Amino acid sequence: MGESEAGGSGADERLDLEGWTCPLPLRDHDRIVLGHGGGGVLSGELIEHLFLPAFGEAAAAATPTDSAVLELGAVAGGGRLAFTTDSYVVQPLFFPGGDIGDLAVNGTVNDLAMSGAVPIALSTAFVLEEGLELDVLGRVATSMGRAATAAGVQLVTGDTKVVERGHGDGLYVTTAGVGLVPAGVDLRPERIRPGDAVIVSGPIGRHGVAVLSVREGLEFGTQLVSDTAPLNGVVAEMVRAAGPHLHALRDLTRGGLAASLTELAATAGVGISLTESAIPVPEEVRAACGFLGLDPIHVANEGTLVAFVAPEGVDDVLAAMAATDIGRHAVVVGQVRDERPGVVLARTTLGATRIIDRPLGEQLPRIC
Amino acid sequence: MKYLDEFGDPDRARRLVAEIHAATTRPWSVMEVCGGQTHAILRHGIDQLLPAEIELVHGPGCPVCVTPLEMIDRALLIAARPEVTFCSFGDMLRVPGSAGDLFTVKAAGGDVRVVYSPLDAVAIAEAEPDREVVFFGVGFETTAPANAMAVVQAHDRGLANFSVLASHVLVPPAIEALMASGTSRVDGFLAAGHVCTVMGTHQYAPLAARYRVPIVVTGFEPLDVLDGIRRCVVQLEAGRAEVENAYPRAVTAEGNQPAQEVLASVFEVCDRPWRGIGTIPASGWRLRAEYADHDAERRFDVGAFVVEEPAACRAGEVLQGLIKPDECEAFGATCTPRTPLGATMVSSEGACAAYFRYRRSGSPAALRGG
Repeated sequence: MGESEAGGSGADERLDLEGWTCPLPLRDHDRIVLGHGGGGVLSGELIEHLFLPAFGEAAAAATPTDSAVLELGAVAGGGRLAFTTDSYVVQPLFFPGGDIGDLAVNGTVNDLAMSGAVPIALSTAFVLEEGLELDVLGRVATSMGRAATAAGVQLVTGDTKVVERGHGDGLYVTTAGVGLVPAGVDLRPERIRPGDAVIVSGPIGRHGVAVLSVREGLEFGTQLVSDTAPLNGVVAEMVRAAGPHLHALRDLTRGGLAASLTELAATAGVGISLTESAIPVPEEVRAACGFLGLDPIHVANEGTLVAFVAPEGVDDVLAAMAATDIGRHAVVVGQVRDERPGVVLARTTLGATRIIDRPLGEQLPRIC
Repeated sequence: MKYLDEFGDPDRARRLVAEIHAATTRPWSVMEVCGGQTHAILRHGIDQLLPAEIELVHGPGCPVCVTPLEMIDRALLIAARPEVTFCSFGDMLRVPGSAGDLFTVKAAGGDVRVVYSPLDAVAIAEAEPDREVVFFGVGFETTAPANAMAVVQAHDRGLANFSVLASHVLVPPAIEALMASGTSRVDGFLAAGHVCTVMGTHQYAPLAARYRVPIVVTGFEPLDVLDGIRRCVVQLEAGRAEVENAYPRAVTAEGNQPAQEVLASVFEVCDRPWRGIGTIPASGWRLRAEYADHDAERRFDVGAFVVEEPAACRAGEVLQGLIKPDECEAFGATCTPRTPLGATMVSSEGACAAYFRYRRSGSPAALRGG
């Protein structure tokens, strides 16, 4: 494990904190609230109004994506490197179908896969709370090793810090990953075109409901397990089958299908029309969401993606996905349109229309 | 699971819609009393399917929306106390008080926890005897029995560190107040099925008779709501004004007797201010004197309040069915779910939030057209 303490004072000398005020225009929030980490509107505002202005010239101008694709230049033979990082703070550490370890590996593998990259290696950084049982850490680490092997990536470097008891939820994991983007592969929101089919790789909402069911001691009387899984395998098949007809991918994490689609519609400047009855929602997810007053399309996933595919590639992509374990229930749920850019509409089961909105922050169970 | 499929069946929905169209000959205003029904209507686009003559107006039945500002402020002050663990249902955390919300208190170091049942808060009080555990008991007749049960359990177990900040409100007095105001344009009501599951339907009969309005007890699935509207329209067209139970799978005339008994043992009826509406006589529940030790309002005397609602907010008129959310000048402009002026925009059951979420860039007619 490498040591990563910030050394020297060079960086500090350039910072001018005199008179610096938080530019975040949040009327009621002068501190971080939970919703800032929810992957919704508040998270986006934090990036747009705080991080990017504060980072200044050092921030890349690119649109936000799951992973950055960096041109390596002539020195490295002109290839492209995908690079991403993510932190995992899930409670509880172990939940039906997975744990924080395989989540941390699969999440980063998936962020790389969404740019079409072949994941190569991951770093692992741990923030451990004083008092954490070694047995727990061992189980998490074993799970990470198993997940990395399954995804075909190496765990190559890392870091360990311990904080005092009471200063953490037992265990936080940060993973960063690098991958190589094959020549000819170009998956970006900007490539989404009117007419593209919107394909979901499988049933939605399983991770969020599985975690809720154990975190809050809710008994749904269900065996629902998280969908946590590496998606690089199914992505490789999709790329092979569709070639340039595959325009963009996004894995459905926090904020669920709604957050991903609203963000992509805005970035790509297109409208999206969904057919609500086509969206695969397991009965257990539907029932739990009904009970809690949540909408399944806002609930988190960890091994499910949405793909934007030109009409001429749809059959090939669906066939390639159907041959994989993860994509065997893949289905077209909607279409990209050129009207009402930035707006996601859903045709309801009763034949009416509603707007799909981006969640604000944390999903809040309803009172009754 | 069967219910969910059965009560969202598009073919049956189409038949109900056709029956409503066939039955309607004149304009009618139908108020859905409960926020859960408002969300079902907008989420499934039910209003887009109705004849143009039928106007759905939204009622005061969102427990989060009608909780008075001074009660939110009281909650914020109690939650901020260092010895207090403040437990609440999730959607109360984002409701703005005069300064900030419970999320703000939590971010500033307050021990604010989301629970899914008041009994969870009792369990916390038992597990953490050094903490003062306060549960924010908000809601209509639907949530009140569980809160009453929590008080009884805490009392029986001798948990002196458990108390409830009770802000319960009752539906029939609110309907009475709306109809007696003289400004109501409501021709018929869809009464909230959950409330009637507890309290029964019998208490609505005098209202239907006195104000000559049909009151149809209605559930929350799309077909429930459509059937409720159909029955209401059929009554209106026939000149009838009766209480009708369109939710018999959950509701009886007598309601849930054990729940009513525990309610009567723990609570007594009191006058209660409703946010945006004002004080409605005999419209709330407070803890009886014998449970005073578990009454957070008495336990934590945080003083009297003078509160002021934002002048631009017309939530009160929305709650009384006098205007639609998008008729408010602030709607979608200065008032959004992120910067709500009133609770109708922040609560997931609020009519303004439902309009913003499902409908903000188009009227039902515009959405019908594409």
